[in-house]
Amino acid sequence: MNASHETDLKGGRSAAPPPFGRLVNVAKTFQSAGQSVPAVKDISFEFRKGDLVSLLGTSGCGKTTVLKMLGGLIHTSGGRIELDGNAITGPYPGVGVVFQAPTLMPWRSVLGNVLFPLEVLGRNGAAAKTRARDILKLVGLAGFGQAYPRQLSGGMQQRVALCRAIIHEPSILLMDEPFGALDELTRLEMNDLLLDIRRVTGATVVFVTHSISEAIYLSDRVLVFSKRPAVIALELAVDFPYPRSSRTRFLNRFTELEEQASIALGVVK
Amino acid sequence: MGQNLLRVVYPLAGAAIIVIVWDLYVVVARVPLVVFPRPLQVAQALVSYSAILGSEAWVTALECIYGFLLSMAIGIPIAVVMTYSRIVNLMFYPLLVASQSIPKVAIAPILLVWFGTGMQSKLAMAFVIAFFPVVVDTATGLRSTSPELLELARSLQCSRLQTFFKIQLPSALPSIFSGAKIAVTLAVIGAVIGEFIGSNEGLGNLLLTANSQLNSPLVWASLVVLSVLGMMLYGVVVVAEKIFMPWAAFDTGGH
Ligand SMILES: Nc1ncnc2c1ncn2[C@@H]1O[C@H](COP(=O)(O)OP(=O)(O)OP(=O)(O)O)[C@@H](O)[C@H]1O
Ligand SMILES: [Mg+2]
Repeated sequence: MNASHETDLKGGRSAAPPPFGRLVNVAKTFQSAGQSVPAVKDISFEFRKGDLVSLLGTSGCGKTTVLKMLGGLIHTSGGRIELDGNAITGPYPGVGVVFQAPTLMPWRSVLGNVLFPLEVLGRNGAAAKTRARDILKLVGLAGFGQAYPRQLSGGMQQRVALCRAIIHEPSILLMDEPFGALDELTRLEMNDLLLDIRRVTGATVVFVTHSISEAIYLSDRVLVFSKRPAVIALELAVDFPYPRSSRTRFLNRFTELEEQASIALGVVK
Repeated sequence: MGQNLLRVVYPLAGAAIIVIVWDLYVVVARVPLVVFPRPLQVAQALVSYSAILGSEAWVTALECIYGFLLSMAIGIPIAVVMTYSRIVNLMFYPLLVASQSIPKVAIAPILLVWFGTGMQSKLAMAFVIAFFPVVVDTATGLRSTSPELLELARSLQCSRLQTFFKIQLPSALPSIFSGAKIAVTLAVIGAVIGEFIGSNEGLGNLLLTANSQLNSPLVWASLVVLSVLGMMLYGVVVVAEKIFMPWAAFDTGGH
């Protein structure tokens, strides 16, 4: 699975397969308390199967809004979103979501939390349990299946949330600042864990963050959002090959990309 | 372990001090028996009247338990309907809150007329006084479900029933239990009020009878049994909470 994915990535660039996901002139205006708040003005981008795309922008610029529209959790006020050729108008099968906070169910064990999506889909049984245990092992939580979420640290809880998001083999993984609440060291670890998971599962990931270095380290492409109402200020292709390592962060090219993103964000003049 | 022991030892020591002060006061101030019995006399009454205290306590306990269970069985569904139907909520929630300004004791005579002097009127009284916190706390719990969990449910296309039983109801459990703990305490009050207004059995009735016969040790003995009953019922709810929510034993941990 590993090898095929990598050839896919290399071969994919030049062959240009049809996009897996496509957003065309997407806009969103919220109506709240009689006022209309334009959150997203005009967002267009595409991604292929297996891509890891980051949405980078300052707080309140509309990243979560775009992610939720992509997940069919809120309606667009304009434009079109397509996934795998289908227009998205509401929730659809095969989505995995991870939020900023782990949002586990405190009344379920770790295993129970991870199994939740399969349970909802009616795919209970021994095979499901085995799969859950395998995934927990993948994120370094073997042996914690029977623990309750409250017995785990924040980083461990977020790993459980990650397992829950991928157990039903979603075709797209939507992550909203999943590591934003973690300390720097845990966050670096989780970045590598996410890349591992992606390598193993071949998942397509749309990743929201306001960390410039995190966006560049993880992604095939970084979309830098302008201030609200959001448009895409810069689309940055990150050309470091995978697997990446912490060494990647110290390359001159990495710093260059960080500078470009910073300028697009307006934090560096 | 040592901590737990201290939490038992200190209240016991406090109780001992109160009993000693009580006894000293009655002896030194020469308070007549009718007004204030000595602790030992109350203890003697507990022993010599144990048969009748036990049987009357059983009556009161049943009234409390049935009233409490009824308040849960009716209160929780009411809260569910009010949470999920905006119209029902708008129509009846303000009325429900306003109805709480009625002094419950004032309802007792009416319940007596409706249900007679038997078990039913006590049960109804216990229910009337206990069900409000059940409704309010259950509704609060249901409404406080984490929006992210609801979003997770939506993204997984959970049915309404799945969302309710797998997410909202368990989320509300802590609130439901805090409502239950208040309700069980109130149910005891309700049952005793019911017995005071019109009854020929139960601890409340025994207490009134003993009072009219100037048998103050028995009055106090009834009071002691009544409070022990209240504590036991409360204890049962706490144990049920531990069984239903084993995860609550762990502090909200994390970071
Ligand atoms: N349900 C809503 N009703 C009204 N306004 C909303 C709603 N949701 C978001 N907004 C507004 O839309 C804008 C974008 O919000 P969004 O949550 O997408 O930002 P964000 O980029 O995810 O920010 P952050 O990095 O802080 O999470 C904000 O100004 C916010 O106030
Ligand atoms: Mg956000």
